[in-house]
Amino acid sequence: MLHVDFKKRLEHFELTVEFELRQEILALIGSSGSGKTTLLNCLAGINQPDQGEISLGSKHFYKDGQKPLKIQKRNVGYLFQDYALFPHWNVERNILSGLSRKADLTHVKELTELLGINALLQKYPHQISGGEKQRVALARALAAKPDILLLDEPFSALDDETRSRCQGELLRIHEVWQIPVIFVTHRKADAETLADRVIRIEKGQMTEQQRT
Amino acid sequence: MPYDVSPFFLSLKVAGISTFFVFITCLLLARFMAKKEFFGKSFVESLILLPLVLPPTVIGFGLIYLFGVNGPLGSLLEQWFGVRVVFTWGGAVIASFVVSVPLMYQSTLAAFEQVDPRWENVARTMGLSEWRIFRTITFPLAWPGIFAGLILSFARGIGEFGATLMIAGYIPGQTETVPLAIYFAYEAGQMGKAAFWVLIISSLGLAGISWLNYWRRKNSVRLGRE
Repeated sequence: MLHVDFKKRLEHFELTVEFELRQEILALIGSSGSGKTTLLNCLAGINQPDQGEISLGSKHFYKDGQKPLKIQKRNVGYLFQDYALFPHWNVERNILSGLSRKADLTHVKELTELLGINALLQKYPHQISGGEKQRVALARALAAKPDILLLDEPFSALDDETRSRCQGELLRIHEVWQIPVIFVTHRKADAETLADRVIRIEKGQMTEQQRT
Repeated sequence: MPYDVSPFFLSLKVAGISTFFVFITCLLLARFMAKKEFFGKSFVESLILLPLVLPPTVIGFGLIYLFGVNGPLGSLLEQWFGVRVVFTWGGAVIASFVVSVPLMYQSTLAAFEQVDPRWENVARTMGLSEWRIFRTITFPLAWPGIFAGLILSFARGIGEFGATLMIAGYIPGQTETVPLAIYFAYEAGQMGKAAFWVLIISSLGLAGISWLNYWRRKNSVRLGRE
């Protein structure tokens, strides 16, 4: 269970969030600059809240008066906006970079098969399309078997057909892996298709929305 | 060979050793300055870049003051290691080092700042240690800029004249680098010898810059930046 309850002062407003999440898919919607990515960054450990608590199971990511848990120790899979693939490594090395040399790669083989990227493994990021990058970034985020998956605008650069295929893949993966998934989107339709729950954030204030 | 070529090899030796130390120093300095904010940072940066705007004679004077037999650093070097740098090729290395540091520092800092912090953050979420992130992600991605800085520093080291003349002097066969050989050949009216060295150093510079441009273009394509 993910428990999030914190405040963080941003330039024009204070981000205040409080929610709990089981092994569900949560969509964060809201206009640009409303604090959605900051929320993901606080969960990942890239930014730190000013006060409050973030925990996943028995692991405290952040708690008042304690040193925040290092990013490396959080076991978070994070798919950044524009994917942020390492440009100097091929797809295979991008996916395997977080694993030790002795790691069992069975699940990675399953992942690359599921995502249909086996044919891309020797290619470099600048040689593949936006949709392929998205699937590679998703495989990379999942390769280390994360305890939670964070996706920042994962479908924004994709055409309708690719978006629909990638969403199907995400749902299949979630079904198998059963971990909390939080994704940021501008599109209400994406939230309706994928999410079990939807939270709207506007100027740092969150409201949970009923799914239609 | 029509002339004694020892100035060429001495210049390569001086520039090579100086560039090695410039590389290590600037890598650490630029990495620190790119990551840390502290009071007086702007002043420290100004100090690092100062040799860019100082006349070579001022740098030479400062080096003689510091590394002279009675200077604060010179006396320590002599006392602890029995090393004297004034009027030796070691002095030429120090002069090259001082004038090359600003060039290398600027290139390296710009190269580190160009590396998208998201790549480092992605790597952190994947559990990579800070050292591994630097070694396998930050440094390779910054390498084209760092390498350009190395070439510039080496070229600056080869071409250093004013400060070298002041601290290392002109001792043929011992501290005679190519720029000094050109100047003293010209002074002595040996125009053929001066032109020979001018041709050598110009060709070397042109070849270096052409190759660097080619290499950077090729590397940009590989990193998907074009």
